[in-house]
Amino acid sequence: MARYILRRLLQAIPTLLGISIISFILVNAAPGDPVTMRTFGDPRMTEETRQTLRRQLGLDQPLAVQYFTWLTGLAVRSGDQVAMMTSPTNTCAYFGGVNLTVCNTGGGVLRGDLGTSLDTKQPVWKRLVERMPATLELGIASLLLALVIGVPAGVLAAVYRGTWFDGVVRIITVIFTSVPIFWMALLLILVFAVILGWLPTGGRQTVSLTQEFNLGDRLRHLIMPAFVLALGGIAGFSRLMRTETLEVLNMDFVRTARAKGLPNGQVWFVHAFRNALIPMMTVLGPAIVGVLGGAVVVETIFAWPGMGRLTVSAAFQQDYPLVLGAGMFFAVLTILGNLLSDIFYGLVDPRVRLG
Amino acid sequence: MTTSATTQVGKAAVAPSEMTKALARPSRSFWQDAWLRLLHNKAAVAGAIVILFFMLVAVFAPVLAPHNPLELNSGKGFLPPMWVEQSATGKAGTPEFILGTDNLGRDVLSRLIYGARVSMVVGFIPTLIIIVVGVSLGLVAGYWGGSTDNILMRITDVVYAFPDLLFFIIVMTALRATAIGQFLNGLFLLFVALALVNWVGVARLVRGQVLALKERDFVLASRAVGSTHMRIMFRHILPNSMGVIIVAMAFLIPGAIITEAILGYLGLGLRPSTDPADIFITSWGSMLLEGQSAINNQPWLLLAPAIAVALVVLSFNFLGDGLRDALDPRLRE
Repeated sequence: MARYILRRLLQAIPTLLGISIISFILVNAAPGDPVTMRTFGDPRMTEETRQTLRRQLGLDQPLAVQYFTWLTGLAVRSGDQVAMMTSPTNTCAYFGGVNLTVCNTGGGVLRGDLGTSLDTKQPVWKRLVERMPATLELGIASLLLALVIGVPAGVLAAVYRGTWFDGVVRIITVIFTSVPIFWMALLLILVFAVILGWLPTGGRQTVSLTQEFNLGDRLRHLIMPAFVLALGGIAGFSRLMRTETLEVLNMDFVRTARAKGLPNGQVWFVHAFRNALIPMMTVLGPAIVGVLGGAVVVETIFAWPGMGRLTVSAAFQQDYPLVLGAGMFFAVLTILGNLLSDIFYGLVDPRVRLG
Repeated sequence: MTTSATTQVGKAAVAPSEMTKALARPSRSFWQDAWLRLLHNKAAVAGAIVILFFMLVAVFAPVLAPHNPLELNSGKGFLPPMWVEQSATGKAGTPEFILGTDNLGRDVLSRLIYGARVSMVVGFIPTLIIIVVGVSLGLVAGYWGGSTDNILMRITDVVYAFPDLLFFIIVMTALRATAIGQFLNGLFLLFVALALVNWVGVARLVRGQVLALKERDFVLASRAVGSTHMRIMFRHILPNSMGVIIVAMAFLIPGAIITEAILGYLGLGLRPSTDPADIFITSWGSMLLEGQSAINNQPWLLLAPAIAVALVVLSFNFLGDGLRDALDPRLRE
């Protein structure tokens, strides 16, 4: 098992490298440069200072060199440029043999530094971590919601197979899987926030001077985005639970339990449900991955201050280091989620051999 | 459908007279059989009709639209749909503008009709590219294996580890101002982005099919009589994978339409056109964006494109489900 996990983690390295190269090229393919964009119309800025700024940020270098610097934190320039490149944060050395100046900027993705956001001049890592609690809150709430609604719905649909209840669950499942989540988000906002006025249209809490923590207010803000994000999970979990419960209900131990005269509720939820729950572990991984991807949409529509929304706005503002950092962060989480689900699969079902 | 099929089989097993009757039926090919199964699925047929309707609307938009979708009817902005007697702004709907007008006084119905063009084109064209590329690479990777296969699987890993929407947003923001980004009002870039993300899934699917099929006896037999690799791939393996490919296609199309709508809603889709000679004037995604800004007083501006998107997407999903049941009876629930 340990060897399998190690191998999967090693396999993730080329994947992450591939992602980083593709996103780096894409992000840098945008016309116009970030320096001009951010200093446009500033009278104190001369073309000369802009040029210096570009040089400091390494933006005047070829793309491959920029990528290398971003990855390793080592800035490379041809010729002896030690005097020009040295700064409080850089230590430089000139290698005469290859005619290259190499500076250690102290950062680099490989050393866990995702760079500095162009907009706020804060470390990318810090900006992401700041937003993480909001995304976690939303993600966990939606997973819980999906479990709490999806699992009982699936079990009951199996128990009452062929009745109106089963039919209703089936139709809702189809609707939840085929209606786009952003569509459902807009519709819910329209109905519950605009027409009925019961819930706020977006945000994580009501804006006030003190920003005190108010649980009721927080929940009112949380419910719509969490529900929208849970749609796919509700459908997936209930469908899986229905199939699994149907299978378990036909097994001997369930008949025995019933023959002993146990009440229906106990048979369904203690005997059948517990055994049907095992395969659920395997879909949790993909569910987590789905929530991550969905968070990008849901956070944007509901103005939820999480990592997804941060990334989208960074893309709009061409804050390259932030977009790249966030992209890598999402990719790592997705890979871990998939790995987790494969491991669960192997633990739950011994027929699946990992290795 | 499942139950009726099983009871037929069950009856045939117990009653020999019925079994001979069943055997006496004219033999049907797999495709005829699938077609009949599809026709029996009411939801799928309804979906197909709705899709056909929207395709016709897209093609004949200039004939069907009651107004010029770009015409600014001054003084007639924010009119509610014709059946609303008084909206939040105190205006009454008129039969002249069936679904009302937007903030600039443009006819919502006409814009909706023209918007169908974008959704249909975005649904079909990238899907065709995806299928052609995905199927050929999947066939090659699955059949030959080796390094082609390895490279394909590594690319798959990369694409799967990145949230799709994030990729679309990065592509659209980064390349929007370039020549590619402006071609066809930005639609071309959207096609490319959609194709880049989705071909991988199809390639992987086809690869799996090929891996399973190439060990089967009929392939072995064909090889034994000296068929070329090309013949085995295109004459034996591809036709047998066709069902899976068609089903994948039916689900790719609504996915592409949803993506366009989300990107349009984020302001990254089709560039709004002001030239009446353009084929693509507005999209449902852009209309959603315009609608959301007026959500408090003019909810119909949001509802009209929202209902259109949902209708088309649901129809494709129903058709896709029907095709899956018809083409691969084993996959039925």
